Amino acid sequence: MTDTTIDTVQSGTAAILRIHGEITGGSDPELMAAYAKASAATRSIVVDFGDLEYMNSGGIGLLVTLLVRTQRAGQKLLAIGLTEHYRQILGLTRLDEAISIHDDEASALAAAI
Amino acid sequence: MTATEPRTPRDQESWARPTDRLTTTAKSTGVDTVTGKRVTGPIQGFGQMWQKTFKVRLDDVALDPEAVVAHWKAGFPTFWPKGATFYAPLAGITPGEVALLEVPPVPGSPVKMSTGVMVLYADRESFTFMTPEGHALSAWITFSSFKEGGVTVAQAQALERTSDPFIELTYILGANKMNDRFWEQTLENLASSLGVAAPSVTSVKVCVDKRRQWRYVRNLRHSPLVSMPLSVVTAPLRWFRRRRSA
Repeated sequence: MTDTTIDTVQSGTAAILRIHGEITGGSDPELMAAYAKASAATRSIVVDFGDLEYMNSGGIGLLVTLLVRTQRAGQKLLAIGLTEHYRQILGLTRLDEAISIHDDEASALAAAI
Repeated sequence: MTATEPRTPRDQESWARPTDRLTTTAKSTGVDTVTGKRVTGPIQGFGQMWQKTFKVRLDDVALDPEAVVAHWKAGFPTFWPKGATFYAPLAGITPGEVALLEVPPVPGSPVKMSTGVMVLYADRESFTFMTPEGHALSAWITFSSFKEGGVTVAQAQALERTSDPFIELTYILGANKMNDRFWEQTLENLASSLGVAAPSVTSVKVCVDKRRQWRYVRNLRHSPLVSMPLSVVTAPLRWFRRRRSA
């Protein structure tokens, strides 16, 4: 049982996954269920980390799994709401080479088109 | 509205600080092939992406998961299979530290492959290594302990790709199973050190991504299968230089 909730909001051909709480290796069911709620026409997945409170290395592993799934589906993966700390972690792990990071939702949705 | 206000998350101290090039305080008897290299993860590797999970039950061990992880960190080099050496950094397994390794490319080989790992993440329940350029794998490997059905278990979980086509070929030809056996033996040794009489390691291997990433074929320039023979050939020259400077 993890302290994670993830809402999925559809915005045109983009689906926004808003993470609340924490992301750990145990958050796999919540993250994949949120991803599955995206409509079939979704071309981009935007992950909103604005309400993220905690992430360990298992959580980073989950993001890789999500990345592989989106790539397999021909979708882009974008990130918003990252604090400096989590932005540094995506840089350290070199996930920022595959996930497009944006300052806000508007710029992410513009890039998602 | 997205919140991006600065705040101190409770995982802040568990992660390594950002770094562009690696440095280490560890001292090995081999060649330091790590200093100056960048870290790599499953995103930057060449081969298929695998998630491998190895788990051992610590039946009748009175330690809680945090104590198991503390024991694992403190004695990490001693749990490795014979023939492989882990040179811990001076500060131990703490975020950002870099350890050096010497591992035989095949069991019984007199030649050792020199490489290393950076401690990407460490807390009281787990720690994660990330490999540098020149390592056979582009990987994150997480060591953890937790309760499962009332029993403490220890787990090693790797998310990995082979780094380049040469290594991918060796994995297809059998190195993959050797790598699996390495972690199984490590967990057996850990469990034995805690008093488990006949440790039984279970493993689950999932191919997360079947595709090979040809855009990372250039990783060949760091390949240990290229640098290791070169290192062997030039060993007498290094030995001669060390003698002259002594």
